[in-house]
Amino acid sequence: MGQYIADGIILGATLSLGAIGLTLTYNILRFANFAHGELLTFGAYFGLALAGALSFGPTLGSLTFGWGFILVIILAAVLTAGLAILLDMIVYRVLRRSDVAVALVIASFGASLMLRNVVVFIWGPQPEYYSRSIAIARPILPGVRVTSDEIFVVVLAAVLMVALHLFLTRTRMGKAMRAVSDNTLLAQVTGINVANVIRMVWVVGGSLAAVGGVLYGLTVQMIPTMGFNLILPMFAAAILGGIGSVYGAVLGGLVIGLAESVSVMWIDPGYKPAVAFALMFLILLVYPSGILGERP
Amino acid sequence: MIGILSYVVFFLIQALVYSIVALGLNLQWGYTGLFNIGVAGFFLVGSYTFAILSGPAYSTHLGGFGLPIIIGVLGAMAAAGIIALVVGIPTLRLREDYLAIATIGIAEVLRLVALNAKGLTGGSRGAQSIPRPFQDVIQSNFWNNLVYLAIVVAVVILIYFALEAMVRSPWGRVLKAIREDEAAASSLGKNPFRFRLQSFVIGCVIMGLGGALNASFVGFVAPTDFLPILTFEIWAMLIAGGSGNNRGAILGSVLVWAFWTGTGSIAQAVLPSGLQVKGGALQVILIGVVLLGMLMVRPRGLIGEEAVVSREAQLGGDGRG
Repeated sequence: MGQYIADGIILGATLSLGAIGLTLTYNILRFANFAHGELLTFGAYFGLALAGALSFGPTLGSLTFGWGFILVIILAAVLTAGLAILLDMIVYRVLRRSDVAVALVIASFGASLMLRNVVVFIWGPQPEYYSRSIAIARPILPGVRVTSDEIFVVVLAAVLMVALHLFLTRTRMGKAMRAVSDNTLLAQVTGINVANVIRMVWVVGGSLAAVGGVLYGLTVQMIPTMGFNLILPMFAAAILGGIGSVYGAVLGGLVIGLAESVSVMWIDPGYKPAVAFALMFLILLVYPSGILGERP
Repeated sequence: MIGILSYVVFFLIQALVYSIVALGLNLQWGYTGLFNIGVAGFFLVGSYTFAILSGPAYSTHLGGFGLPIIIGVLGAMAAAGIIALVVGIPTLRLREDYLAIATIGIAEVLRLVALNAKGLTGGSRGAQSIPRPFQDVIQSNFWNNLVYLAIVVAVVILIYFALEAMVRSPWGRVLKAIREDEAAASSLGKNPFRFRLQSFVIGCVIMGLGGALNASFVGFVAPTDFLPILTFEIWAMLIAGGSGNNRGAILGSVLVWAFWTGTGSIAQAVLPSGLQVKGGALQVILIGVVLLGMLMVRPRGLIGEEAVVSREAQLGGDGRG
């Protein structure tokens, strides 16, 4: 049981990072971005390309990577944020202006399939890893073994979430984002530059997704469909936490990660990916506004 | 000559089976504005239900009822309809994106079931020897395909006229009214949820029919036939042809399927075997460009929705809606 909970928290860290961007785009840009999963995929693969180009330096303690990996994560986040902004400029911005604004969801679904195949085209369909060295799991509690990499994943995710909290509550841009999220028109009237806020949504959402992707690649593996496989749990997390609520997304990610991991005790592991969906379905049925959300 | 002809027959059967699915999607998206991106899931339910009801006895999984093909087809439609009810009831009251998330989710869950519930579906190896009409009477592959094409054409025509009658009826006008302005429609006493649910279920029933026809034609189903790429292709067909126009859905299906198989054969002929996977990826990217380009440049598709003007408005003056 303890081991499953630990695994769930590690998975939850990735899901939370991904769900934050998803909930922000849903609330500020008003559409369900199915291509968000591919931002995780690209983050992870950008990291792979960079890790091949840069040397990690000597490995740190029992981690499988060196200081250089921190730089890799930062650069992967920057590149992914750039990709998200590019995607917005080429596809979403045009569709936002046209009268078929509802087509955004379909466009994002199409973009997700295309991006996934761009990954296949560049890197191939085979699984990839950052390091061939084997991370050794050591006991931290009775019956719970984790690797140092996994501890790093949870710590980094927690640090980023605190940083995001400070950004949203203490900076001008963060407050502007919350204002636009609450009421776009009112925010515009008070002189907030909505175009800048939209760009910032992609920067925040894209870079957190990239980090989530790298961390998933570090602890699990990278395959071109990794982001697609994570999109449903991330949606489930965002809906569970309440669409638009960043804290809800973090909480939702943890709950979904735990539920998927612990479910293996009772159900066939083949159905593990269905757990997130079942939970989401249940929430939509009984409490569509989510735990920390305001309205459906 | 006969080689080309038999290929054309083969191609048209596939394209028209997809056009049935695209017609179902057109009722949902084109006329009602419902995002169903779990098309592959309803297609899967139709395929497997048909295989179980009408297929031979399988040693490893459920089947062997050997029911007449028509019963299998009706069963496939009913099964897809039941799944649609289950998905539709909690989500159709909420904002439209929730249906998108729920449908892509149910499609994934159904694929997991197809993959893991070995006793029901045969798991990753799928179900084989699914029967085709008249396969005992007409032994020649070519003539049997030709008869099958005739059946599919008849089904397409039947569905086309049924859908045309439906969307032109008062019921169809309510669907469009809800799509355009939900508040206005409900203020006239129409319950948007009920109409949406009806449209969604009927559309999914048609997709289940497409699945059954496909399973019967191919004779084999496996979980890998129902990846999200299938949903993507059907959407590309509808968007390219023109959503909100049933003829557009059929035209788009034939064109996009021609584009898909065409680029596929070119990639296969030109690329060395080591690059086949990349060629397949490029094929999806290309069709994505077609879909996104269509959405941006010509969102109405090749033949878009016709403007329907009520008789009163026409009498009133110049009014074209």
